[in-house]
Amino acid sequence: MSGAALTAELAVPARGRVAAAVPAGLLLLFVLLAVGAPSLAPVDPARQSLLARLRPPGTQVGGITHWLGTDELGRDLLSRVLYGARVSLLVAFLSVCVSGSVGTLLGMLAGFRRGLTEGLIMRVVDMVLSIPPILLAIITVAVLGPGLQNLILVLGFTRWPRYTRVAYGQTLRVAPLPFITASRLGGARSGRLLVRHVLPNILPALVVVATLEFGLMVLFEAGLSFLGLGIQPPTPSWGGILAVGRNYIASAWWIATLPGLCLFLLVLTVNLLGDQLRDRLDPRATVR
Amino acid sequence: MARFLVSRALQALVSILGVSTIIFVVMHLSGDPTLLLVPEGASREDVEVLRHQLGFDRPLAVQYADYLAGLARGDLGTSLVQRVPVSSIVAARLPYTLLLAGGALVVALGIGLPVGVITGVWRGTRVEALLMPVVLVGQSMPTFWSGILLILLCAVTWNVLPASGADSWSSLVMPAITLGALSMATFARLTRTGVVEELGRDYVRASRAKGVATPAIVLRHVLRNASIPIITVAALEIANLLAGAVIVETVFAWPGLGQLAIQSIAGRDFLVVQALVLLASFTCVALNLLADLLYGVVDPRITRLAGAR
Repeated sequence: MSGAALTAELAVPARGRVAAAVPAGLLLLFVLLAVGAPSLAPVDPARQSLLARLRPPGTQVGGITHWLGTDELGRDLLSRVLYGARVSLLVAFLSVCVSGSVGTLLGMLAGFRRGLTEGLIMRVVDMVLSIPPILLAIITVAVLGPGLQNLILVLGFTRWPRYTRVAYGQTLRVAPLPFITASRLGGARSGRLLVRHVLPNILPALVVVATLEFGLMVLFEAGLSFLGLGIQPPTPSWGGILAVGRNYIASAWWIATLPGLCLFLLVLTVNLLGDQLRDRLDPRATVR
Repeated sequence: MARFLVSRALQALVSILGVSTIIFVVMHLSGDPTLLLVPEGASREDVEVLRHQLGFDRPLAVQYADYLAGLARGDLGTSLVQRVPVSSIVAARLPYTLLLAGGALVVALGIGLPVGVITGVWRGTRVEALLMPVVLVGQSMPTFWSGILLILLCAVTWNVLPASGADSWSSLVMPAITLGALSMATFARLTRTGVVEELGRDYVRASRAKGVATPAIVLRHVLRNASIPIITVAALEIANLLAGAVIVETVFAWPGLGQLAIQSIAGRDFLVVQALVLLASFTCVALNLLADLLYGVVDPRITRLAGAR
């Protein structure tokens, strides 16, 4: 199956088309807002103004309207939330890329080589999966130090086993099929077989995992930043803004509630999209 | 049965060994674990002395063997910051986290199971249309946000519950609801899937034909048959609750293991952090083992099959 077949599987029956497009559309909106943050943000997210501290949404200070209010240093919350979306999406996207490619490669190897390779890889998968993921991420970040780059690496290298499990199972399903044997008899080497024939066939299931993992990575980044282990201030991140907002909850409710709402909507959108994709790409996984 | 038990217990032991190894590797990722353990601004000589004291100047293999031997004895080391055995620091906080996780589990099962059964039995009705969004929202709410919203509502606006701390039983309410919400959604979805699947089976039709009322069929037969995946996931969820406690305890200043983990990272008390991750992982392995053994009780066919192999 190639790209065209994947598109065909994604095609939706006409009556569900509008409803089905909602999560995808919302995700696109989030991406556009994040990419366009520099031109959309009313002011520089780092600009402090001690005269405009903790102002509620909609206040005007010095000719600037703070639509979502300001934080404890008088920074515009709307601008910080927009820039926070960049961090959130970037970390989630890159860590999914890292864990997805590492996990898929190992899974395909395990399913294709069998024997010792298989046993070794799958045992390690079981072991990593028995460490609660957020704790593994916390201890690794604590050892390596916080920051954007480490965060992506840590999330990438602690989250690969889920892809490995799926890629492994799918490779076992595909490997004995006649066209693989035919291609091997035709002289194709293992690497070529994996990339040209196995990968395209196991991709749909992996896309589903990657989507659901993307939502989880958004939550992990925000959670770690909330704990002070992720993105470091002054770089705006939703988790970091929430942590500040928790301290001002009694006097400035908007600081914690609004970035949290964005986070919630993004995760909800991605989860809905993941469920949709699963229903469409992986028919065995759902009971209707 | 005995063979099944032994083989599962051996697998669990291998997992524990593997988990310990992974944590050992992670602790050495920075190159020199001594630097993780000294307070910031320690002099070079102090670091050297400490490295020798702690044995970090020995070959890795020796350190690894020593670390495993310590774990086997139940020795988690001595905190360099507080100068007390790590195990006693952990033990002091453990009851709080158990209380929180227990409360969260009550919330998760107490709401999740009935919601799952109701949406499964009344599939395609307005009841389902009303309840499923609640489940979906519960699943997507980050705990550190839902917790803050609860504080805003119950502590700031209505002033009916304490915002943080662990001074009375009422302090437990908000953290338990926050932590339990996520697992609630998982239990609800799983129960619903199981109930829908089982309701389509022949024995249900036979019972119906005999004139057994739907509640009796669901409670006596369907739930028992649908409980296998619920038990597996319950084991995983308890482990998730322990891990999720890190964030929830930070939000509510609940003095359990999660808060201890964050305080220990801030205080550079890495042996405590290491002990907490090991403890959570071992618990996870043990719970999975327990779930496997429980299957046999719930569904005797499984043990018979495994024993016959």
